[in-house]
Amino acid sequence: MNNKIFLLKKSHLIDPVNTEDRIVDILIVDGIIQKVTDSITADRNTTIIDLDGKIVCPGFLDMHVHLREPGYEYKETINTGLSAAANGGFTALCCMPNTQPVIDSASTIRLIQEKAKNKIVDVYPIGAVTKGREGNELSPMMELAETGAVAFSDDGSPVGSAEVMRRALEYVSMLRKPIIQHAEELSLSQGGIMNEGYYSTKLGMPPIPSIAEEVMIARDIHLIEYTKAQYHVAHISTRNAIDLVRGAKKKNLSISCEVAPHHFVLTEEDVCSFDTNTKMNPPLRSRDDVQALKEGLRDGTIDAIATDHAPHSFDEKQVEYTYAPFGIVGLETAIGLACTELLHQNILTVQGLVEKCSVNPRNILHLPVIKFEEGQRANITIIDPSVEWIVDMHRFKSKGRNTPFHGKRLKGKPFGIFNNGTLLLTDL
Amino acid sequence: MPLKHRHLLGLEEMTSDDLGLILDTATTFREILERPIKKVPTLQGKTIVNLFFENSTRTRISFELAERRLSADVVNFSASTSSVSKGETLKDTARNIEAMKIDMVVMRHAAPGACVFLSGVIDAIIINAGDGMHEHPTQALLDLYTIREKFGTISGLNICIVGDIAHSRVALSNIFGLNIMGANVAVCGPQTLIPREIEKLGVTVFHSINDAIAWADVLNVLRIQLERQDRAYFPSLREYRQYYAVTKERLEKADKPITILHPGPINRDVELSADVADGDHSLILQQVLNGVAVRMAVLYLLGTRN
Repeated sequence: MNNKIFLLKKSHLIDPVNTEDRIVDILIVDGIIQKVTDSITADRNTTIIDLDGKIVCPGFLDMHVHLREPGYEYKETINTGLSAAANGGFTALCCMPNTQPVIDSASTIRLIQEKAKNKIVDVYPIGAVTKGREGNELSPMMELAETGAVAFSDDGSPVGSAEVMRRALEYVSMLRKPIIQHAEELSLSQGGIMNEGYYSTKLGMPPIPSIAEEVMIARDIHLIEYTKAQYHVAHISTRNAIDLVRGAKKKNLSISCEVAPHHFVLTEEDVCSFDTNTKMNPPLRSRDDVQALKEGLRDGTIDAIATDHAPHSFDEKQVEYTYAPFGIVGLETAIGLACTELLHQNILTVQGLVEKCSVNPRNILHLPVIKFEEGQRANITIIDPSVEWIVDMHRFKSKGRNTPFHGKRLKGKPFGIFNNGTLLLTDL
Repeated sequence: MPLKHRHLLGLEEMTSDDLGLILDTATTFREILERPIKKVPTLQGKTIVNLFFENSTRTRISFELAERRLSADVVNFSASTSSVSKGETLKDTARNIEAMKIDMVVMRHAAPGACVFLSGVIDAIIINAGDGMHEHPTQALLDLYTIREKFGTISGLNICIVGDIAHSRVALSNIFGLNIMGANVAVCGPQTLIPREIEKLGVTVFHSINDAIAWADVLNVLRIQLERQDRAYFPSLREYRQYYAVTKERLEKADKPITILHPGPINRDVELSADVADGDHSLILQQVLNGVAVRMAVLYLLGTRN
């Protein structure tokens, strides 16, 4: 839809920043919000979208996505990844640096920016903390930041050495950027493929104990207290890990964390199917951990919902559980899962959901706040909170079909996005 | 009465009726093994592939003997000489073999759940001959058979599995099978070799071998794997032997003779002293013989089920 004038009728505008919660018409001309008011009459050249019953909110940003390009284009490309994001209701994403080459040079960032130019979805690259994500030498973080990196992470691997982490935190504290830690003490998790407990015992699977995550976060909290740097925990998954973050926030440390939808929807019990789409890192945890994640979302300990979208080719997951790669796709199921499990279960309000998916990630990354005001660029996610649908992986725009949610009935679905002057309606 | 399962993937999903049927059927085959001519035509015309991705001498020979004594056509496949070393996936390997029209696959594999995965990608009947640290159902069945043969029943007996419980498919299948048959099940070993929350599987945990001996009617002693020292599971073989070896001296302190099982191969004078392994109450060679009968029973029940 390339019309220049759009009128979003009867939009239920939810804007937590300006505590907006009302039904309005929104007029957008050339991608700029022209008017937000009770009722606007359209003239002839206007594309009118009736959004009765839909939620209109600041565009969602997924701060944890693996776009796979460069290097693993058979799993996903920047193009297909951005299509998946748009289809899933996201107007922006951060891409993780575990590509080939790793995002540890300005030229790789420029390559991504070039390929992501003129798209409906904005891409904010995350640079590697260490060269080659090897955990030894720091990457050129100032140059990466200047080129466009919004945060730093060795995601997929932790920054294992306390010394390297300390120096990295000190270095980024000059740059007003967070370090995003994949918190895993490898000596505790090595060889593991699922959460340690009754189910790993029953299935005879090499275990990953929850302490592998917690020990690393505990260490890092001491490091950020010492260095005063900004720190963000990726894909938090255990009760004790959340307690650690909660405690650090009480001490006013600069700490935040995100949760992936699969961690608050599934449990380790789901591994009993031996379905390789239940294999991810961190692994699916216990029911008690899921309960703690929901409490953490409710009380604000968990700041953001991020998908950890990790596409793999069909054949890579068509192997024995042990040999399957970790990770599942998430961009096109995130909003449906969040609506079903959080919104409709009264874990989060609509405002809360918008904070976790849009406002907070932008604040963590120091990106400009989205405003629904005249003269502002329209950056909008539209959600149909009450429609029921069944996940069909064949409709995904992602190359990845590795989802454990195929066939799952959900309530609430992305309806579309508006960004960079373009409207896109979800096709799921 | 047919078996209610198409494959033998593990004992966890079995009922006492299922296990009773297999053990009763094994009794028939056990008698056949005593005859001068040990071959029956039951699976004539059926083709069975032994797909072994891990080294195994005794299990593979036991299966092969069982298959040949049922008159099946047998093909052996081992990973070292196979396409796997060229990077072929299990799915492709299995589909290629299946394309040659085979009826049953007996698989040994290092990955837990590999047989479940295989059952989803090919149509043949699958028998699990050991999948990682998950299950080894025919080993547990032959243990059950041997115990039943000796005691006439399994229900109510105190049976303790001794050794590296955390890395043992034999332990897990035994726990499932023994519980289904109504035994009291315990495990004994250092805490580092006991997996977490194993009590929830319905077992008692002993850390002292003397306590286990005082409690048990039967000890099923597992092979201790030497390479486990690498990740600090226990300090040394010397220390293990000192505190966990099943020896004549320890057994003599019990108020009754204790029956000894071992899945083999034995590390003599490590987990089991030689005099106990070869002693009057050891059923180790009986287990090996019964293994063939139990595998014949499983092959027969699955291979003739329609």
